[in-house]
This record gives sequence, C-alpha cells and structure tokens, in this order.
Amino acid sequence: MAKSLEVPAATRNAATALAAKFTVVSQAEFRGELTVTVTRDQFRDVAHHCKDVLGFDYLIDISSVDHFGSEPRYEMVYELQRLATAEHLRLKYTVSEDDATAPSVVDLWATADWHEREVYDMMGIQFPTHPDVREVGHVRRILMWDGYPFHPLQKDFPLAGRESNMPDVAFSSAAPLAGGPFVTSPSTGNTEEREPRSREME
Amino acid sequence: MSTPVAYDSKVEGNVIFTKLDSAINWMRKNSLWPMPMGLACCAIELMATGASRFDIARFGAEVMRFSPRQSDVMIVAGTVTYKMALAVRRIWEQMPEPKWCIAMGACASSGGMYRSYAVLQGIDRLIPVDVYISGCPPRPEALIEGLMRLQRKIEGEKSFAAQKPELTGKLA
Repeated sequence: MAKSLEVPAATRNAATALAAKFTVVSQAEFRGELTVTVTRDQFRDVAHHCKDVLGFDYLIDISSVDHFGSEPRYEMVYELQRLATAEHLRLKYTVSEDDATAPSVVDLWATADWHEREVYDMMGIQFPTHPDVREVGHVRRILMWDGYPFHPLQKDFPLAGRESNMPDVAFSSAAPLAGGPFVTSPSTGNTEEREPRSREME
Repeated sequence: MSTPVAYDSKVEGNVIFTKLDSAINWMRKNSLWPMPMGLACCAIELMATGASRFDIARFGAEVMRFSPRQSDVMIVAGTVTYKMALAVRRIWEQMPEPKWCIAMGACASSGGMYRSYAVLQGIDRLIPVDVYISGCPPRPEALIEGLMRLQRKIEGEKSFAAQKPELTGKLA
C-alpha cells in the first residue's frame, strides 16, 4: 500500500496544540510529513509536551544541519514518532555559531544519548546537560577518537581532512585528492555547467 | 635459478642435499600462518579463501591465528581508519620475526575509494607491505595469487644470514 501523502488529522491537531502553547516560528508540510520549527529556548518544554501530552514516545533520530554562510549557522532536527498510530512529527530549531549549544533530551528519550554525541562529534554543537558532561566533564565523541580537534561535518572542514596527532591514540593527515572533491552544485544550467567540479571551501 | 634440491634415489636413499636457506625458506613458505586483520568487506573474501571451496590449506596458510604471537603474515583485509591505524601497527609489532604483510584490496593498499578525513591512505604508511592485491574486494583467487607471490618472495630470502649475524657472519 502506498504511503498516504496527506498529513494525518491527529498530527495536524498536535501541531495546532503546540502552536497554542509555544512560539512556533514556522510550520511546513512535505509529502505527508509535518515540520514544526520552534525556538531553542522553548525546545525543552516543547519536547516534554510532545512526549508526555501528545504521546510522541519514540525519538527516531536527531540530526544537525550546517547552513554555512548564513546566520544562525546551525539547525537541529528531531524526528518524533507516536508508535501506536505511526504518526510522524519533525521538530526543528536553529542554533547560532556564537552560542553553539543545544539542550539535551536524554532524560526524555534515552536513545538521544548517542545521537547527541554524534551531533557533537560531527558538527561541534555542545550539549551542556548531556549525562556525559556530568560523568566526564564533556560530551564524549562517538565516531572520531577523544582528542580529535575537528568536527568533520562542518561545511568549512575539507573532505581531505586535516593533520592532527594524539600520541598513542590516533593521528590523521590530509588525503591526496588530486584536485577534488568533484561535486555538483544545484543549478539550472546545461550539462557543461552542471559538470562536477572541484570545490574547496577555505 | 637451479633447483635447490639434489636427490638421487639410486645412490642416496633417504638423504637429500640442499642449501640451508632453501630448506628454511621451504619450511617457512609452506606454513605461513596468517594474522587475519579483517576490517571491512575484504574480510568476507578472506573467510571464503579459508573455507572449503578455495581452501588455503593447500598452501599451508589455513591456520588463522588471532594471536599475533603465533602469526607469520598479516593480511590487512579492509579499510584502515585512523582510529584503527595504531591498533593495527601495535598488533604488527607484536608479531615475531620473520613476518610478512599482505595489503589485501584497494583500501588497505591506498585508501581505495575513501579519499577522506577518516581513512589512512594505505597501510604501507605504517607498516612495510610485501604484497599488494588489487580489487574491491579481491576475489579469493586473487588472494591466493598474492599468497603464492609471497611464497616466491620468501624463496629468495637470505634466511640463514638473517638469523644471528654475529654468529653466522663467518659461515654465510
């Protein structure tokens, strides 16, 4: 059975309930999925409300987006689901580069632990209320090793990588890219203009 | 190269004449115990090579040892990330001499398709490699070919002279 491209009425009602209680910056629909953008300051309360009142008991994923060059630079994305009815709700809020911190939701959804570690590891957004901070003083990395000085998914980090050295733990050096990475950019140009080209940010 | 073994059944009975190097090398090359450093999909082909259809027991190399102390040849099968790199070198350093290394597949040889911040661009940046095998992943036949090339390489080594130079210097 093809998935319905309509947002379920119950999800729409949930979004309305959120808008009545909190500041909703924007709301968008795409292919049957509802996205609600809120503010970082209210996000903890919104998450609480979504879980305890609206019944979104399952956190599918947390991801982060780097809008390099625009302000606020980062964006956090939370995918929620109500398991009983398979309803999906996406929450977003922006995070500025000057204060790149986000509230932890590990106490609401335990699965957020590793997701938040990954967001910190790859994007450099801090979670001051993450349980790791209480235990070891900082959010532990999850993919790269502790002590790696960079956050590789930031847009200004080169694909080739950078030199680093943690004695007895790990080292890294830049990979030879021979002019690459060869990437396509969004464009309405002809085939020649759309050709993958070398693009390196500095 | 002339044959390393002289044997005439009519006059010599059970006696074989050979060079010490040839005897040592013959024993070494036919009992290469691999250290399976399986890090990615190449390890699946490595397992296939060890199983019955390809059966590296035919080359005396079926004794996969998960202790570096008992291994002769490290088969680096897969992508070596920077996070794993020093662990691989540590295991290599724990292997007793004589030891050899096979870089199996594109990733272990050169980083392969991972021109990336996370991947070591070839295990030869950390440890000396004797045989590189191309392929992504290489088929078991390719690994066996690499193993046979390593055997040919071992045949030509000056094994006796490398034993204890202070004792063998005058003899060799």
